[in-house]
Amino acid sequence: MQLRDPAHLVSPRAIAYWTVRVVPLWIVLLAGELIWWWSARDHRALRGTLLAVTVLLAAVDLIVMPRWRYRVHRWEVTSTAVYTQSGWLVQERRIAPLSRVQTVDTERGPLEQLFRLANVTVTTASAAGPLRIHGLDRAVAEALVAELTEVTSRSLGDAT
Amino acid sequence: MIPPGATQGASWRRLSPRMLLVHPVREVGQAIPALFGLLVAGRAMGDGQLWWLAPLAVLAVIVLSVLRWVTTTYRITPEQVQLRTGLLQRKMISTPADRVRSVDVTASALHRVLGLAKVEIGTGGHEAGKGLSLDSLTVAEAAGLRAELLHRSAATTPDTAGAGEAPATGAANRPNLGSVRGTPEMPGSDMASWDRAGLDWTENAASGAASAGQPPAPAEQESELVRMDPRWVRFAPFTMSGVLGAAAILGLGSRLLDQSGVDATDVGPIRGGLAYLQRTPIWLDVLQGLLALVVFVTVLSIGGYALMYWGFRLTRHPGGTLHVTRGLLTTRAISIEERRLRGLELAEPLLLRVVHAARLGGITTGLRSKGGADGASSLLLPPAPAGVALEVATQILRDRTPLEVPLTAHGPAARQRRFTRALMGALFLVVAAGLAVWSGAPPWLAVAALLTIPLAVLLAADRYRSLGHAMAGRFLVTQAGSLFRRRDVLECDGIIGWNLRQSFFQRRAGLATLTATTAAGRQQYAVTDLPLPLAVSLGNRAVPGLLDEFLVPLPAR
Repeated sequence: MQLRDPAHLVSPRAIAYWTVRVVPLWIVLLAGELIWWWSARDHRALRGTLLAVTVLLAAVDLIVMPRWRYRVHRWEVTSTAVYTQSGWLVQERRIAPLSRVQTVDTERGPLEQLFRLANVTVTTASAAGPLRIHGLDRAVAEALVAELTEVTSRSLGDAT
Repeated sequence: MIPPGATQGASWRRLSPRMLLVHPVREVGQAIPALFGLLVAGRAMGDGQLWWLAPLAVLAVIVLSVLRWVTTTYRITPEQVQLRTGLLQRKMISTPADRVRSVDVTASALHRVLGLAKVEIGTGGHEAGKGLSLDSLTVAEAAGLRAELLHRSAATTPDTAGAGEAPATGAANRPNLGSVRGTPEMPGSDMASWDRAGLDWTENAASGAASAGQPPAPAEQESELVRMDPRWVRFAPFTMSGVLGAAAILGLGSRLLDQSGVDATDVGPIRGGLAYLQRTPIWLDVLQGLLALVVFVTVLSIGGYALMYWGFRLTRHPGGTLHVTRGLLTTRAISIEERRLRGLELAEPLLLRVVHAARLGGITTGLRSKGGADGASSLLLPPAPAGVALEVATQILRDRTPLEVPLTAHGPAARQRRFTRALMGALFLVVAAGLAVWSGAPPWLAVAALLTIPLAVLLAADRYRSLGHAMAGRFLVTQAGSLFRRRDVLECDGIIGWNLRQSFFQRRAGLATLTATTAAGRQQYAVTDLPLPLAVSLGNRAVPGLLDEFLVPLPAR
């Protein structure tokens, strides 16, 4: 037997969100290196290599990473468990039974609001295992939180 | 506010008035640097007019202590543990009694001279360290309180036979305990015996509960699982505690020197030593330095071991708790409810393995283990002979298999990953040393770096040999590490989720790290680098049903 992927993809707008989120970092880095490029006279080879490597990494992070992430990031809630998958280079699947869920939060940062996205965090009694679903459509996230809250309020015990 | 339904029952109690002696001494002790500074400043200003501030400060501390004693009261009702403090800003902390997860009794040397102890009531959960602290009660009160809180559930169960026998067994135990106390079990350990007499909660629990008019506790027939053998101190040099202690002392020393503005080379002995070192050949210097360091670290680690673990005793109470008593100067009595004990960590660092020793820690809900098992409150056995560790672990778990079960190895891909990672580290050192030599460093640096390659190979081989997992009854067993090898035995009931993680390289090798999350201990216990199908089937076996909905048959090839 093998573990299949969770059923649902996140919102396609997450691709744009993940791209925009890393843009400032690369702008700052490239700006710094360009200033060095124009101001310095020596270390020509070093400056060139550094700039080329930065451009390459920026391209990967801006073009490959969001699309790769979009293919990996998935989620599913069944009647008994929450199942998420996230990451790109390092991928992680997390599964927690609904009976052990303690809190369900949703959060929208300013940038996420711009893209009408939200993320949902499901915590258990373990400090190690919060399940996060990033880049959900806002309506989907709200429905999910409502459903999870309803299901978990029915289960008893202190979930440890 | 007093919650409804909590008003009947127990009356408010005060801390021991003897705490009036503890608090001023401690607070004046803390204030000594400030007072000294004040004195010096006063003298420097030349007008000596400020001398009256010192007695005034002492007086203020005493008044504050008295006020604290007057205003601090606590009580235990059937539902609640309540603590009231504060003079102007009254504060009341209430905790549901069934949320009490641990009751720790600590007594510093000062407390012990006065026959006092500090009681800390932990409620676990995520707000660690936010429990109730009662500083100080008399030893008998503390022990009574502890028994009262911990065996509340046991006492309320209709165990009539046990309850009826309580006074009789209590009395019967008395001479017994007396004889234990009198026996010179440990040569020259009067202090430890005295401490055990003081903190032995069993006997005091019975008398304390009876005198306080509480329902009698059930039969106090605790069984001793293990008691520290003074010979175990020989394992102390093989732990890291001495090294850490030495580092701390050296760090503190250099900071003091730094802050006092004294040049280290101006200090007589150090200058003499440096001059001596300059006169002698370098190999002798190195040899002497190493020898001095080894002696220093050994002495420190033995001292540390004795301070922490002297008189260590692990007992089991039929009410369902384990009790740890330990400490040379500051004694601690820690209790762990067995229903909160989710498993064990058997730590066998390389150095301890060399001398066939090991250490045990508990995986407990509500007690977060910080870092190593050393010093963590979940310690269940200090470094001790491996056979003893195995025996104690067996008794705690009531099951021998998790500790002896042969582990499933993780296969050739995991082995290759161990070697790749170890050799990458060595290679990095070699390249770095090569560059250094190329730019003018002495050539022995390169030789030293090259020597790390065989070490890396040995390390990788041992890391692979240690790596493994197994299912043993109701426990998931996972083991990893070489320098800090640890076997974690986790009860499957305590697993509240899985994290299955694959890095880029792990995916290429077909491996995955399966982490069991839990509310106990380290919060997560990983089975590292096992083949993906094995990870899925292990997860499925350890927590049956959870993965069912997400499993599909392997695609036919």
